[in-house]
Parts: sequence; structure tokens; C-alpha cells
Amino acid sequence: MKVAFTTSGKTLDAPMDIRFGRAPGFIVYDTDNDTFEVVDNQQSVNTPQGAGIQATENIVRYGVNCIVTGHCGPNAFRALSAAGIRIYTTNGGTVADALEAFRAGALASMNSADVEGHWV
Amino acid sequence: MIIAVASGKGGTGKTTVSANLARSMGSGVQVIDCDVEEPNAHLFLRGRKMESEIVSIPVPEVDSSLCDACGECGRFCRFHAIVSFGSSPLVFPDLCHACGGCTLVCPRGAISEKGKRIGVVETSECDGVTLVQGRLDIGVAMAPPLIRAVKSKVQSDGHVILDAPPGTSCPVIATLRGADFVVLVTEPTPFGLHDLSLAVDMVRELSIPFGVVVNRMGVGDDRVHRFCREEGIAILMEIPDDRRIAEAYSRGELAVDALPEYCSHFATLLWNIREFRKSGGE
Repeated sequence: MKVAFTTSGKTLDAPMDIRFGRAPGFIVYDTDNDTFEVVDNQQSVNTPQGAGIQATENIVRYGVNCIVTGHCGPNAFRALSAAGIRIYTTNGGTVADALEAFRAGALASMNSADVEGHWV
Repeated sequence: MIIAVASGKGGTGKTTVSANLARSMGSGVQVIDCDVEEPNAHLFLRGRKMESEIVSIPVPEVDSSLCDACGECGRFCRFHAIVSFGSSPLVFPDLCHACGGCTLVCPRGAISEKGKRIGVVETSECDGVTLVQGRLDIGVAMAPPLIRAVKSKVQSDGHVILDAPPGTSCPVIATLRGADFVVLVTEPTPFGLHDLSLAVDMVRELSIPFGVVVNRMGVGDDRVHRFCREEGIAILMEIPDDRRIAEAYSRGELAVDALPEYCSHFATLLWNIREFRKSGGE
């Protein structure tokens, strides 16, 4: 299974970014073989609107099944749901912390958008 | 002649110039308030409402029985207003710029268009001045289509004044297109100069002849004048920082009505614009 974490870093000890659409990038972690790749999301950071939708398109290309982030706006939530990606939330810490919590089943899954559009 | 009144900075006096200029031109003038996010010319040109018309934009509607989820629509739309994740696409009407491109690229003809209301165009008459204004619905972010609808009321054989929104972004460009002349209103302050220089770049890019009106002369410094001199930009009019104008404004009165000596100022502005156009911008 592939899990995407929102972050500005390129390693597992990087801090999480609690934004989804405007996160600078993603670490896409493959739990089947414990490898990860770094995905740039700068294009969504700079888009005037539709960042959450574009970010979803971005991670769909990597075959992501779940996303771990801090918050999610209404358009991003609709897009992620349509793409069949489950959303889990965390309050911060490092990507490694979030991965550990995810594996332990300690993260809450999100069933509706929790912030307004254009939240930064 | 279509005269657009614009500015980089907000609050420099676009509506003051537009409404006073219109009034000093006499009858048969159209004022088109293109600041559809917060129209305010009606505060000074208070007339009888003649007409109100709802404006809609076409947004996509997908017939999922025809869609084979090829994703062409989503790849085409740069605004992410339609997107497909291996199933019938999702539509985000608030992001749609109504270009119709998705309906054209769909190989299955699965996308049609339906109207989405964005606002109203209202027309009123006030002592020979016709005021047309757009009023964008609350929550709608797409001003240019409504601005184009407001501008469709322009009768270009007469005198038309386009009161532009502030700034230099899409709504301003939508307003200025087709204008014969642009009046850039500024104030002699560092902020005024900064945003004036952006507005000058914009108008030059659009290749429309333009000149500057300096409002509230007496405040600030002389940097706007120096800038205009160095750039070879004509200053068409200076409006003094006269407290009486502000007092009239606060009562919803035009300077030319409350303070008749200003009639000649605005007549001079019109004369300067005409001379400027005749001379080919020299």
C-alpha cells in the first residue's frame, strides 16, 4: 500500500506540513517494501486556485491509496474521495512519527472537509 | 469615445473622476461601473432603476452514461474545474472560467453546458446620465464574465465612461479592452506612485493611449510628477486636496454639483483627453 505524507522535506525525519493542497511536496511511502519517493508539489503551491484538486491529480499518478496530512478543504476532499484515496490526519511531528502512528492505526480518518477553501 | 478610468491603487478617486466627468459632459452619457465586486457609482448617480438582468455563465454538465472516463476533459482544463480519476469526471463550477473547452475535447460528446448564475446587470437613469452596473453574487469569484456582460450595454456611438476596478488583474484587463483612452487616477504618495507604475506597464502592454489625473494634490511629495516627466506621461488634470470635495463626497454629492467651480476642471479634463487623442498621444 502507498501512503503519501505532506511535507517540505525529502527524508523521513522531515517535519510534516499540515496543509494538503499547498504542501510543498509529498513523501510517498510504500509499506509493502519499505521504500519511499519524494514528489514535488510546487506547481500546486503556486496555482491561484484549485490547489487541492491539482495536488490530488499529482499523487494519483503515484498510485497512492492513503494520504496523511493536517487539514483538507472541500474541493480537495471531493477530489480525494472520488479518487478513492483515504484521508488520515495528524497534528505535526515528523514524517516518521506520522508513519509510525499510521502503522499503529492511531490516526483518525477524515469523513468531511475540516477547513474552508483557500485555507493556508 | 470610450474613456476608461482606472488606477493601480484603490481609493485614489476613480469613481469621483468618472461620475464628475460624466455629469460635466451633460446628457447622453453612459457610465459603466465595471467594479462588479463593489460597485459604488450609484451612490453619486442616484437614478431610477430601469432594468435588471440576470447573468449566467455556461459550466459543464457530464452525462455519465456517455462518459468512458478517458480523462481528456481534465487534462484540458488548466483551472481544475473538471477532473477525472478513472471514473466519470467531477465538476467544480466555482473554478470554471466558462471557456467551453471540455465540451469540445470530449470524444464522446458526454459534456453539455448549463447556466450558473453569477450576478446581475442593472441599468438606471439619472439626469441624462445612464448608469449601467454589475453586481457580482456573494461568493462568486469570477468577475470578468460579468464585466463583459456589463460592457455589452456600451453604446459606442456616444460618450461612454468605464469605471474600472482597482489593480492590474483580470477584471481590470476585461474592463480596459476596447477603450479608446485610459485615464489613470493616482495620488501623489509613494503608494500612489508604486501602483501607478504597475498600471502604466499594464496600459502600455494593451497599447491604449493614456494620461494621468493626480488627485488630492498637496498631500505627499512630487515623485508622481517626476515619474510622469521622466516617462513622458501627460498629466491631464490635478484635483486639489480640498476638504470640501470630501465633505460633498460623504453626503453622496458630486464635486461639480456641490462646488460649481470644479465644472471647469472636469471640462478641461475632457478637452485635454480630446486634444491628446487628436495629437496622436504627444
